[in-house]
Amino acid sequence: MGWFRQTFAVMAVNLRTIPSRLSSSGVAIIGIAGVVVVFVSVLSIAAGFSAAMEGSGSPVRALVMRSGADSEMTSGFDGPGVDLIKQGTGIRREGGTVQASAELYVIIDLPKRSTLSSANVPMRGIEPAGVSVREEVSLIEGRMLQFGTNEIIVGRGANGQFVNTNVGDTIISGQNRWQVVGVFEADGAVSETELWADARTLQGAYRRGNTYQSVLVRLESADSFDAFRDGLTANPQLNVSVRRESEYYTAQSQTLTRLIQTVGFGIAGLMGIGAVFGAILTMYTAVATRSREIATLRALGFDTSAVLVSVIAESLVLGAIGGIIGGVGAYVGFNGYQTSTMNFQTFSQVAFAFRVTPQLLVTGLVYALAMGLIGGLLPAIRAARLPIPAALRQL
Amino acid sequence: MKFLPLVWKNIWRRKFRTTFTLLSIFVAFMLFGILMTIRTSFSFGVDIAGIDRLVLIHKVSLIMPLPISYQARLQQTDGVELVSHQTWFGGVYQDPANFFANMAVDPETFMAVYPEFIIPADQQKAWLADRQGAIVGKDIAARFGWKVGDRIPLTATIWQPKGGGQTWEFNVSGIYDGGDAVDKTQLFFQYDYLDENRAEGEGQIGWYVVKIADPAKSLELSRTFDEMFANSSAETKTTTEKGFVEGFAKQVGDIGAIMIAIASTVLFIFGLVAASTMAQSVRERTSELAVLKTLGFSGGAVLGLVLAESLFIVLVAGGLGLGAAWLIVQGGDPTGGLLPIFALPPRDIATGVALMIAMGFLAGVLPAVGAMRLRITDALRRA
Repeated sequence: MGWFRQTFAVMAVNLRTIPSRLSSSGVAIIGIAGVVVVFVSVLSIAAGFSAAMEGSGSPVRALVMRSGADSEMTSGFDGPGVDLIKQGTGIRREGGTVQASAELYVIIDLPKRSTLSSANVPMRGIEPAGVSVREEVSLIEGRMLQFGTNEIIVGRGANGQFVNTNVGDTIISGQNRWQVVGVFEADGAVSETELWADARTLQGAYRRGNTYQSVLVRLESADSFDAFRDGLTANPQLNVSVRRESEYYTAQSQTLTRLIQTVGFGIAGLMGIGAVFGAILTMYTAVATRSREIATLRALGFDTSAVLVSVIAESLVLGAIGGIIGGVGAYVGFNGYQTSTMNFQTFSQVAFAFRVTPQLLVTGLVYALAMGLIGGLLPAIRAARLPIPAALRQL
Repeated sequence: MKFLPLVWKNIWRRKFRTTFTLLSIFVAFMLFGILMTIRTSFSFGVDIAGIDRLVLIHKVSLIMPLPISYQARLQQTDGVELVSHQTWFGGVYQDPANFFANMAVDPETFMAVYPEFIIPADQQKAWLADRQGAIVGKDIAARFGWKVGDRIPLTATIWQPKGGGQTWEFNVSGIYDGGDAVDKTQLFFQYDYLDENRAEGEGQIGWYVVKIADPAKSLELSRTFDEMFANSSAETKTTTEKGFVEGFAKQVGDIGAIMIAIASTVLFIFGLVAASTMAQSVRERTSELAVLKTLGFSGGAVLGLVLAESLFIVLVAGGLGLGAAWLIVQGGDPTGGLLPIFALPPRDIATGVALMIAMGFLAGVLPAVGAMRLRITDALRRA
């Protein structure tokens, strides 16, 4: 009990004197806050990107592509093949229509709103079932495109990032003209970066004949997947690979997410080492300027460990303040920031928003406390070991 | 010069503090070097992209093919030196995670248009003589242990072979090298081999690269080309190669700006650490400085002493940090091929040194001026 009282007494004295050492403590706080801002904001890019990609796939949908194709972009098969795929077992039917959409996936060159530099915007040709297959899709502006025309609907993300994508606009691309009639949302999925047209119109515009690149089907249930896949792969007339849509998008997001995380952890790790040195300097100064007081306390019979703990506690408080400032700064500055980048698997744009998740904030705070703890350790040991007579004689 | 020992003594007055100040500045400039390297990686070699080379792509998008027949028409245009073309192959080596760029090119014009790819003469000859021949970059060869004469199978993603199956085989005819900004992770093979053996798409290429005689005419020639193919089934969009690469980098996002923002944060934080240390150190020495002045040191000399100390700390620690970053970069790309260009450009090293001088000066200037203005009587009384 006495030990705790001692510790609290020393700690209270320490903390009350922080204002008189404001500049030195401020340096440590700014250092730790800066590390946390960089750490949280860089990782929020990865969190946002992977959330957009991984939220895109549903386990009750299966994506059929040509065997060997690594993305819809490089896949392709002809009309008769599509008919065979649509006869597969386990596909959901609604009111007599098969819940399967044979689709094209191409790129259209459009300028970005932010820089006016051209970007590879993904354009998807869908069949009428394409919307009911994706239950999360709903129109938020305008109306649905009419099949058999050159009308298109654009995703919410594409609408925000690329010029000429408002309802009523006409996109002129080579000799094709596309009339924007609606904007859709899809719970933040990648498809929100896409422009959707009638697959048959798109076949003509991109000179693809009667070919498609993928078939997206909605299964009766998530468990029907194996039967559906085995049925198609066993068919000697087809040369296809079947994946759950969720797995397809997760795989696509891995490379970039991993790259950002590696860079984020690497930079924040190195910065953290630097910030720990800064904290050590601050705490060392704090101990040095109070060595007489500390020696007096110890001469009065205060326990060595009470002094030790009190220095570490002060350092932890600095870490916590830095961590909170950094976390709040990252949240206010970057959460929800809309941007787009290139998905290297399809060479096309993905719009997404930075996501400062609660988990990231907690990780940032823990990191800040760790920096404070390590920063306080050496100076604390120094304070505890201070030879009392020498310190009292000082100055 | 004769005051150097004095500066040296002052620096090591408190060993513990100086050591940790040096360490934090060291980390700051090591980070600066690494951040600038990442920034260079994401510029995709824009520094060496030629302004005397134009890139023609399909107007609708890069993925649409252009007919090979355009080559002859482009070649006949005034002001054109040489026309080459490339086609994205997208083959996979063993596993999709091993991604690297592989393209079908016309070898003769390719080597003439891209002098920055350095290939030994005998390997050039071997490549031209072997229809299945390919040249690979030094980095990718090292990554997969390829040697001249090896046979490499690539699995088709876009171009299915006419004869069935999904595998295309290539012979390594040569290994190319190049300067720091050259991407040495690519594979180039003969277009004729692709065109003769692919199941569909005969006579189509991905994009043209046109070497022009006078870079000043690039805009004019771009317009000429685009008008030449206007209203055809494959309209074109022509840009300089530099503009093309910049456009590509912009699509990935402004990584450069993010890196500069992080580097600024880092330098600001550690600049504060240095400044705080210098202020602390001068405050502790008030009486010593007063004694120096009493001994006849001028205000300017005291200012110089303090500034020299601050500059010395930052330059030594920062120089070592930047050197450490350079050494790390020499070790090669740690992500295993995700960053094709991995180098710390001399320009950024120069910027780093300039920043060190600025930081050393800024950290030292306030305490130094304070020391210069110190009134002997006040200072001695305070002590």
